[in-house]
Amino acid sequence: MIPEQLVDLSRLQFAATAMYHFLFVPLTLGLVWMLVIMESVYVMTGKTIYKDMTKFWGKLFGINFAMGVATGITLEFQFGTNWAYYSHYVGDIFGAPLAIEGLMAFFLESTFIGLFFFGWDRLSKVQHLMVTILLAVGSNLSALWILIANGWMQDPVGAAFNYETMRMELTDFWSVLFNPAAQAKFVHTVSAGYVTGAVFVLAISSWYLLKGRNVEFAKRSFRVAAAFGFASAASVIVLGDESGYTVTEAQQTKLAAMEAMWETEPAPAGFTLLAIPNEKAMRNDYALHIPYAMGLIGTRTLTKEIPGIKEIMAKNRERVVSGIEAVTALEALRKNPHDAAVRQAFERHKADLGFGLLLKKYVVDVRQATPAQIDQAVADTIPRVAPMFWSFRIMVGLGFALFALFSVALYYTVKGSFVQKRWLQWWALLFLPVPWIAAELGWFVAEYGRQPWTIFGVLPTHLSVSTLTVQSLYGSLAGFVTFYTLLAIVDVYLMTRFARQGPGSLGTGRYDNEPRAGGGTGAAVPADAIRS
Amino acid sequence: MLDYATLKLIWWLLVGVLLIGFAVMDGHDMGVGTLLPFVGRDDIERRVIINTVGPHWDGNQVWFITAGGAVFAAWPLVYAAAFSGFYWAMLAVLWALFLRPTGFDFRSKVENRTWRSVWDWGLFVGSAVPPIIFGVAFGNLLQGVPFHFDESLVSTYTGTFWQLLNPFALLAGVVSLAMITFHGANYLMHRTEAAIYRRARIAALVFGALLIVTFALAGIWVVAGIGGYEVASGAAPGGVANPLAKTVNVEPGAWLANYSRYPLTVLVPIAGFGGALAGLFCAWRGWTLTAFVASSVAMTGVIGTAAVSMFPFVMPSSSDPRSSLTVWDATSSHLTLALMFWVVLIFMPLIIFYTRWAYGVMAGKVTAAYIRQNERSAY
Repeated sequence: MIPEQLVDLSRLQFAATAMYHFLFVPLTLGLVWMLVIMESVYVMTGKTIYKDMTKFWGKLFGINFAMGVATGITLEFQFGTNWAYYSHYVGDIFGAPLAIEGLMAFFLESTFIGLFFFGWDRLSKVQHLMVTILLAVGSNLSALWILIANGWMQDPVGAAFNYETMRMELTDFWSVLFNPAAQAKFVHTVSAGYVTGAVFVLAISSWYLLKGRNVEFAKRSFRVAAAFGFASAASVIVLGDESGYTVTEAQQTKLAAMEAMWETEPAPAGFTLLAIPNEKAMRNDYALHIPYAMGLIGTRTLTKEIPGIKEIMAKNRERVVSGIEAVTALEALRKNPHDAAVRQAFERHKADLGFGLLLKKYVVDVRQATPAQIDQAVADTIPRVAPMFWSFRIMVGLGFALFALFSVALYYTVKGSFVQKRWLQWWALLFLPVPWIAAELGWFVAEYGRQPWTIFGVLPTHLSVSTLTVQSLYGSLAGFVTFYTLLAIVDVYLMTRFARQGPGSLGTGRYDNEPRAGGGTGAAVPADAIRS
Repeated sequence: MLDYATLKLIWWLLVGVLLIGFAVMDGHDMGVGTLLPFVGRDDIERRVIINTVGPHWDGNQVWFITAGGAVFAAWPLVYAAAFSGFYWAMLAVLWALFLRPTGFDFRSKVENRTWRSVWDWGLFVGSAVPPIIFGVAFGNLLQGVPFHFDESLVSTYTGTFWQLLNPFALLAGVVSLAMITFHGANYLMHRTEAAIYRRARIAALVFGALLIVTFALAGIWVVAGIGGYEVASGAAPGGVANPLAKTVNVEPGAWLANYSRYPLTVLVPIAGFGGALAGLFCAWRGWTLTAFVASSVAMTGVIGTAAVSMFPFVMPSSSDPRSSLTVWDATSSHLTLALMFWVVLIFMPLIIFYTRWAYGVMAGKVTAAYIRQNERSAY
């Protein structure tokens, strides 16, 4: 039997490194399009200040990008190092989008980021803009492919189990590619990234405005961020709803947990705005309901029912029991693949194979499973409700708060009076961490909500791990914590240093805070001198 | 659709192409990074060296990431068994690689001697450690790795980290480091002038010679002392990919069998030696671009020699030979191999095209004057 501690530590390590990586990804996804916008304005108007904006925000982009590259490799490695059985079991499907991501996206973004930084003097204006656009396309395509891979984990379409190779195999690539779960995830995730990029520029520009520094530079940056952020925040909410809709199709369990829906209500179900979920008694101790809303969001009809947790568990019990037959037949088939009767039994029950495998957490020979162990396996199919319920609500709340910020910011941008609105600038500045919190909570809901599976309904998490010792896991986890802490210190140091210094760090002689040593002029030129 | 056996063979070649692509592309910037603290004596010199690869290292590194992704997609069992079996070795590669993106981007952003020196050594570690470990890994593959599968194909590595560092594997690590550094030195000669050029030339001569000597030694060692593996019975190449369905013999001299079976394959090790010798000669004469091409050929020969010697094995098992992974039984399904083949066929030419263009844009010598002019924007 696989030690539970090994599974927990492997999960902890993956969760920690993935969430750490995702501190950098959304900013890359969003900021890169803002660079495209700024540079486009530069190419169209010829105004140097927009070139400086592209270069300065590009400098911060570069610091963040380096962190993203460094921490991204960890995730690719970890499937092999820590989730070896997962890699074998689903590599046939899951490996493909990962490899395509490298070929189609990583090469593109990584080749052109070099020219973005070093090609200014060697390329024409239009050529350089094309380079920036290709950089943006590349980084967004990489999000597409990794989310196709993740979407397949949430809803494993287009694949079938092969007992001869003891793994899932691809049967239809197009359904993996156009998996609704993946598509909804992609648009929701990249728009969340765009919001992050917009908040980043909005907050730092606001800080310059509050300090009265680089006012012209900050004003233009603020406007770009307000417009881009408004469009993005709106699409996060709309597409997040789309994401919710596909969740109901693919993973009723996740939906039931994040909405704390214990019972199946008659359609259209009410939406529980706030509640205190009670896991033991399987009910909400206190709840604030909005009638009909859930049924509408979840099914887009007034008639379809959304199953509650108790109903899902009852169905899952049947599947676990049927899964015992599947696992038993599979084990016999592995010994003698030619036994026709066993093969028939396997075919009958193979849809429930994953549910049978859930019992492997408690018993080696699943036929020996006691009723208590079956109960336990069935209970495992529901992720803990309270963390799901609250994470989801906080994420959505923050999403609406961001939308409010951008609505107000855009309103005063259009009116032309945002420079005087210090409260708005403070609001933007204080909201700097908000998109990151929302994004991390979103991933938590998506991944924790998929438990106890790595591949929903197919492969239980506890079987996915590598055969490693618990000591190895403690060792590697300690290594990651050490390296990532050091890297975080360096990253924050560099980010704040350059954000504080502002566009003066470019050494053009046109901004406040010019560097004294080296190429700069040493004298600060008043910001208004470059009103061009 | 191509038949299964052909696709399996094609994927063996494609993984080879990706690994050689990694060695040629990421290899040269890793070689440059390895030489950085020794060839660059002051800050300006070091910045010159870093900026020869500054615009390109990131794209080059994708060869590595893609090779990893391709192994995942095409040989999932190899990915699973190798990455989990070589756990600490892989983590050492990973942690060393942390220092490259950060080192390149962060080093020159702060004017402080300690800061820059720390990142220079970080770049050295990030550039030298991965090739050494890859060499050590290949050294272990040639000897067989102690791992096995159970009936459900759960892989278990039964060795320790320290036994990976056996004498033959360490020799293979030196071969790998020598070829990468030789290659990087040729590249550095091509992109620099004056003092850095002269020192890079010395490095090219030293590491080129080291490559020839260590590659020859490793060859002799394999001939004299390492028992190879041979598939005794099992499913046909086009059969179901199930590693447990075969039997394997361990035999001295089995790693040489392919050269007598397919005599033309002798050209592969010859390319290793020939490329290295030609590279040495060109580096000595100062024909920098030709030297770079020659060291690319040398690396193709060296990597190819390991691959051809082991064929059809990819990861032989020393503790349970039938668990060995071969190009016939470690692969993905027919459909996935076919799909990924077409994806590679479409994207690889595109990648080579725009990579070539990017190098064209940044062509020419990197000089101290360039660094001074671009004080704030250069690495």
